[in-house]
Amino acid sequence: MSLQRTLTRSLVMVRTWPVVIDMGVGLCALALFMAIVHLAAYWMGTAVPVSHVTENARSLPVYAFYSVMRIGIAYVLSLVFAIAYGYIAARNARAEAWMIAVLDILQSIPVLSFLPPVLLAMIALVPHRQLGIELGVILLIFTGQVWNLAFSFYSSMKAIPREMLEASRIYRYSGWQRFWQLEMPYAAIGLVWNSIISVANGWFALMACEMFQLKNRNFELPGLGSYIQNATYDGDMRALVSGIATIVLIVVATDQLIWRPLIAWSEKFKFEQVEAADHVSSPILALLQRSRLLGTLTGRLWTRIEEPVYRRLSRSRETRVVQPIDTDGDRRRPSILYWFAGITFALVITWGAVQCALMLRQVSWAELRMLFTGAAATFLRVNASLLLSALWTVPVGVAIGFSPKLARVVQPVAQVLASVPATAFFPILLIGLLKIGGGLGIGSIALMLLGTQWYILFNVIAGAMSIPSDLKEAASLYKFTSWQRWTTLILPGIFPYLITGMVTASGGAWNASVFAEYANVQNRTIQTNGLGAQIDTATADGNFPILLLATILVALMVVTMNRLVWRRLYRLSETRYKLEG
Amino acid sequence: MQSAGLQNGMQAAASEESDRPTTEAIIRAEKIEKFYAQPSQNRIQVISPTDLSIVPGEIVALLGPSGSGKSTMLRMLSGLSRPSGGQVYWHEKPIAEAEINVSIVFQSFALFPWLTVLQNVEAPLQARGIDPEERRARSMRMLDTVGLDGFESAYPKELSGGMKQRVGFARALVVEPEVLFMDEPFSALDVLTAENLRSELLELWAKKTMPTRCVFIVTHNIEEAVLLADRIIVLGRNPGHIRTDFRVQIPQPRDRKAETFTQLVDFIYKVLTRPDVAPAEAPTGPRVRDQRQMKYQMLPHARPGGVAGLLELLIDKNGRDDIYRLADDLAFEIDDLLPIVDAAQLLGFLKVEEGDASITELGAEYANSEILRQKEIFRDAAIENVLLLRQIRRALDAKSDHTVSEEFFLDMLDEQFSGEESQRQIETAVTWGRYGEIFDFDAARRRFVLPDVLQEEAAGGGE
Ligand SMILES: Nc1ncnc2c1ncn2[C@@H]1O[C@H](COP(=O)(O)OP(=O)(O)O)[C@@H](O)[C@H]1O
Ligand SMILES: [Mg+2]
Repeated sequence: MSLQRTLTRSLVMVRTWPVVIDMGVGLCALALFMAIVHLAAYWMGTAVPVSHVTENARSLPVYAFYSVMRIGIAYVLSLVFAIAYGYIAARNARAEAWMIAVLDILQSIPVLSFLPPVLLAMIALVPHRQLGIELGVILLIFTGQVWNLAFSFYSSMKAIPREMLEASRIYRYSGWQRFWQLEMPYAAIGLVWNSIISVANGWFALMACEMFQLKNRNFELPGLGSYIQNATYDGDMRALVSGIATIVLIVVATDQLIWRPLIAWSEKFKFEQVEAADHVSSPILALLQRSRLLGTLTGRLWTRIEEPVYRRLSRSRETRVVQPIDTDGDRRRPSILYWFAGITFALVITWGAVQCALMLRQVSWAELRMLFTGAAATFLRVNASLLLSALWTVPVGVAIGFSPKLARVVQPVAQVLASVPATAFFPILLIGLLKIGGGLGIGSIALMLLGTQWYILFNVIAGAMSIPSDLKEAASLYKFTSWQRWTTLILPGIFPYLITGMVTASGGAWNASVFAEYANVQNRTIQTNGLGAQIDTATADGNFPILLLATILVALMVVTMNRLVWRRLYRLSETRYKLEG
Repeated sequence: MQSAGLQNGMQAAASEESDRPTTEAIIRAEKIEKFYAQPSQNRIQVISPTDLSIVPGEIVALLGPSGSGKSTMLRMLSGLSRPSGGQVYWHEKPIAEAEINVSIVFQSFALFPWLTVLQNVEAPLQARGIDPEERRARSMRMLDTVGLDGFESAYPKELSGGMKQRVGFARALVVEPEVLFMDEPFSALDVLTAENLRSELLELWAKKTMPTRCVFIVTHNIEEAVLLADRIIVLGRNPGHIRTDFRVQIPQPRDRKAETFTQLVDFIYKVLTRPDVAPAEAPTGPRVRDQRQMKYQMLPHARPGGVAGLLELLIDKNGRDDIYRLADDLAFEIDDLLPIVDAAQLLGFLKVEEGDASITELGAEYANSEILRQKEIFRDAAIENVLLLRQIRRALDAKSDHTVSEEFFLDMLDEQFSGEESQRQIETAVTWGRYGEIFDFDAARRRFVLPDVLQEEAAGGGE
């Protein structure tokens, strides 16, 4: 028996592998430490608004490091904020409606509109260090990442089955235990998938946030975004391609090293009664789980921290008395503190509204007219790009969805492609556009298309895959013509998915308009008439009244479109075109 | 004969308690009631003021049709839900301040899928700050007791329904609760598994292997109640109220075939099928409810086809049979059969007396007619007897475009039912209306229409 063991090859593997991995994990920890030291030195140094970004390919790794750090920190901030925000919104009945409405509006504001207030505030807060500017940029990326995460966490909180919550109450869980054993696990899968989208959005925003003009002052931070912008401005094709290649490389590496393992790991949190047949597998996750150092270290550490916490919490009131679950019989009056907070909040809001109104009075009639024509132009562009996306994605998506073999090959590739920020590809498209002599009026539609088509494609694929095969068989049995197949089977089947995709895409297209209607290419600035371009120029000139009004217009249009068009279509799709028993 | 058997099988709880006045109640509810707030500022009463005590040493079954408020009652008694009025006491202390020790076994098991079986059972002990070693030892012992040794590192999704509920029991018992609450713990299981678990529960109870002093089980299965309980409380609905509360005197183990058993089951059927009449044996006395406040009858959620099927079966049995036997013949649970009986009764096709269902003349004509005539009879009976259907039809006739929005009726129903129930009432009304060709419903626009209007539109659109 023991002889057999020592001779088994697979066991040798089991014994040798972990040591190698342990060393790998150790090295990673060391690298992380060095990175923090380096970053701290840079941040605490004096403020350098314009650091000259070279187009030397050898500086690319350093730039990549800075950009990745910005996105990483912004992401961690987003996650923490999203969880806190979603948690309060879901658990506080008084605040819920307000908080969700605020989220809805914030989500429809283009990232760049946040630039002046956020950046100026941060620079004022930390005036003499690089940290101020960096924090401003990080917060901007944060505004591109946080909203969908918050929505995801909120809706997970609301979807927890009632009996699970009741179990946690009757067994007198503390809030801490409920959070880690019920709420976080329940929200985990949604958070992972939305993190992927968020980080992609972060890259999208990063392209514009590292280098910009604000109130006629230039800002240029070392990073991939400014590298690509510089290359575009100089028309340096080689630098441009190597910059984009770096981004693609990072995106693919993130997908393989972080997202895939996370997706595979989060399957454990699937809320299912029976085990599903297919699994996502990740070799990296398997390796990590085999690393003995990591396993015992985190395990021990966790118990060390956890046990005293639980012991202390078990003496608190909430773990001794069963807490009622319904707020219905809540007879407590709101405390004085609550009133105080409410009144302060209302005062601040009123003050802000008055300030905004005063600012808006500076807008002249001519400017107003210009803004409205711009809004109309951008509105048309956004919807044209949606239409074009739908036109090509519907046939292609259905073809992919109907062929499992094709889907297995195409889907992962498309997923990575979708994670590559469209803003990185804009420059190439722009230079091509200038070569053939096209303007940005039509070109910006193509640019928006680049950013939004993926949402629709994925949803159409999912929709096509969800059409039951017996319906497909019936269609071929009765020898439907292809016109009949499309009108009676395929289009109704994918309709709800198509609508979901279009809603997301329309939000993305509005955000993209800011990047698509205005650009610095080959030593000149090109732009077209549109709300996006107006936001850009207003930022550069420091014309805040125009910026504010343009932002309000965008938010208003997005929210109204959602309310009046998309939500109705969605409801229609749910009642009429639901394909189930 | 019947009443003699019944006296063997049951005894009023009130007189029993007066025999033992010294027993102190563990949980005592005083005039508890429950309202749910509606969006329209209305409040719906789910439980009307009720007194109830739970004393040591008994298995109490709370029985009632679905929607009668059993779960609501359980949650108020366990401190999970605050009564809108009245007070629940735990050993004579208000429950919101007492350190109570109870457990609930849930219908859906409510296990945490991301924790192993052992971790699931350990979690309540962790909440109580018990050391890891002791936690583990106690949980393992409890898993042994419920017959799950060897499964401690499995995940719930790898287990069958019965095994999952065993984990639910282990988790409930590991904290050594003084009162064990169960909300339809066996309804999600197949018949054999449920039977098995029930007898194991009784065994645990009889051998006193658990320190639990009282079991409170909510069920809609009459036989289950009679098999398990020392005391049965029957809940009526709209709003929930106690219809009868009595002791079961049949010794354990109970035999389903024994005469005392079947008579008791029969008696409970009788109570449940005559919601308007208080049971003669009820110790609490008849509870008078103000019927004028109830504008709409509660439409039983039955399909017209089911009604026809029941009537045909009755005709085969010479027009009259025991409801209990009917349920048996159809292999129906009470919850499946009662709505159909209610519907037939509401339409005047059926009369229920003393737990027997007998077909009326109209019912016989309905069952024997061919389909078009059946629809006619149904339509007339429905319009005559069902206020909601009558109102919808009248509104449609009165309006020039012959359509009315669903919203209109939902608003009126909301005054009386919860939002969810109002929606279900509309759904049933649509099923009945469509069958009887009283009206049709345009699901896309959420509007009622006259049947011919919709057809014309369709014809017009097709051209
Ligand atoms: N949170 C709630 N809000 C509004 N109505 C509710 C709520 N919970 C239960 N109800 C209503 O109370 C009634 C009784 O429900 P429940 O106690 O679950 O009945 P049972 O357990 O007997 O089936 C039902 O009509 C249900 O619609
Ligand atoms: Mg219930």
